[in-house]
Amino acid sequence: MKYWRNHIGLLFPLLAITGMVLWPILTGNVSNREIVFTILKAIALASSLNILLGYTGYVSFGHIVFYGFGGYIGLYLVNEQGWSIWMGMLAGGISSGMLAFMLGKAILRLRGAYFALATIGINEAMEAFINNFDLFGGPIGMTLNFSVYRAYGGTAQALSMSFYIMVVLTFASLIVSHLVRTSKFGLGLQAIRENEDAAEVMGVVAPDAKTWAYVLSAIIPGMVGVLFFFKNGNVEPHVAFPLHASIELLVMVMLGGQGTVLGPILGALAYQGMRGYLVTSNFFKDIQLSVSGVLLLLIVLFIPAGAIGWLRHRFSSLRRVLA
Amino acid sequence: MTILLSIQGVSKHFGGLQALTNVTFDLPEGQILGLIGPNGAGKTTLFNVVNGVYPPEDGRVIFRGKDVTTTKTYYHARMGMARTHQIVQPLNELTVRENVIVGACFGRENQSLRQAGMVAEEVLEFLGLLPRIDQMAGSLNVAEKKRLEMARALAARPYLLLLDEVLAGLNRAEIAMMVETVRNIRQQGITIIMIEHVMHAVMNVSDRIIVLDYGQQIAEGTPEEIAVDEKVIEAYLGDPKLAQRLMEQND
Repeated sequence: MKYWRNHIGLLFPLLAITGMVLWPILTGNVSNREIVFTILKAIALASSLNILLGYTGYVSFGHIVFYGFGGYIGLYLVNEQGWSIWMGMLAGGISSGMLAFMLGKAILRLRGAYFALATIGINEAMEAFINNFDLFGGPIGMTLNFSVYRAYGGTAQALSMSFYIMVVLTFASLIVSHLVRTSKFGLGLQAIRENEDAAEVMGVVAPDAKTWAYVLSAIIPGMVGVLFFFKNGNVEPHVAFPLHASIELLVMVMLGGQGTVLGPILGALAYQGMRGYLVTSNFFKDIQLSVSGVLLLLIVLFIPAGAIGWLRHRFSSLRRVLA
Repeated sequence: MTILLSIQGVSKHFGGLQALTNVTFDLPEGQILGLIGPNGAGKTTLFNVVNGVYPPEDGRVIFRGKDVTTTKTYYHARMGMARTHQIVQPLNELTVRENVIVGACFGRENQSLRQAGMVAEEVLEFLGLLPRIDQMAGSLNVAEKKRLEMARALAARPYLLLLDEVLAGLNRAEIAMMVETVRNIRQQGITIIMIEHVMHAVMNVSDRIIVLDYGQQIAEGTPEEIAVDEKVIEAYLGDPKLAQRLMEQND
């Protein structure tokens, strides 16, 4: 009984995702599947960013670098070296994790705005590097040799399989998020978020904890990158490292509520819903990014803790359920 | 008598300001050492050096036989040193319980979350914060935040507890309660260094007192000796009769 109480916070997130996944399966509609794929991708990325942003309190403006970097490595291995998508994703995730580990050692000693600025610089530097890296196709990028899909039963099969892999990655990101939140490691991260100096005085080894949080938040984005480029069939530097996508992720996490498991899900869902409306509307389609800028401003001004944070604050009885 | 902490010729300056000059003393296990002196005398600086917030330029800090002069605060915490802050540092958006669990989890005994939860309840009961256990730490009043600082430090089950002005800003009743708490902590076998301005309290509670002035150790001794020490009276207490009165006042 007590064991289940600890995990009740995972209930809503799992139900929400399950509902979303069932919709295209039950309707059997491929375009619904694509919509849900995009939402799940946003959830998995936002939820990963939340480990750093929400639990540890470090703002990363360039988190998409792990998606692009892992994706490039994985796609290269799948396309050029004949690796399976499974091994490619694993390699992409590990590469992103290792990149985060090295970056963490270097820039996590920076605090606040300085760290945020450094993360932007890294994203831009990585894009410039890949742009000039011939092995990965330089500015042209790489196009998947479609014969690769044959190993998975043809294009339609491979695309459908990608959806299910995305579902698994999304669930994985939520479980990781929940485990971090309820673990001793996660408590240390939250202590760092609240007051890094005080946390260190109490014995939290902040440099290590921050680095591992960074690594954890980078692995799933790396795997998502591989999967997305595999499904997409090609990759180019400006598609792999879009700075605005990093900022959109921040908006999603903050909209839903940073530091909660459910927050990034709601945030990603709401943001993608809004975006879907904006890009198809005549008036907003060219300025949809400015709407997310305004949205971020409004969140920071009026609900800095995000929707879930606001609810938890207003109705403290919900605290246990809305984790 | 085992020496728990040994400060050997510690000096520290910030730019042109000499904050500590050749401070030297040994602290035996089980003692309460009072650290007094005027504002800016270097008391908190000494705490920061002992606790590893920054290293001294000169001298050594030996804790339980290990040289901890240049090690970081989290290493000190693991070794069994805990402290409270002069300016309280609650983890605002975590509950009182979680605050104390952090102390227990990452302190000397490196406990699991489950064990730490039990320690937290025990310690919070000891400090009278049990009714506040599920409140956000940020919502406590000053006196409660000070007790929360103590609770976090105690939850780590330290060998050495550094108390930085835990009585400042408290009213008479709260001071009396806190002094009682400090005595109880000592009974658990924890060695204490306390920085304090509330003289009658520190005189009553301490086994030994060290007086700092402009970073120099100007006197050391029992409360009785300190109260009549001319240098101390001149530098800090001001009025010789005041010292006498402080000694007579009982809490």
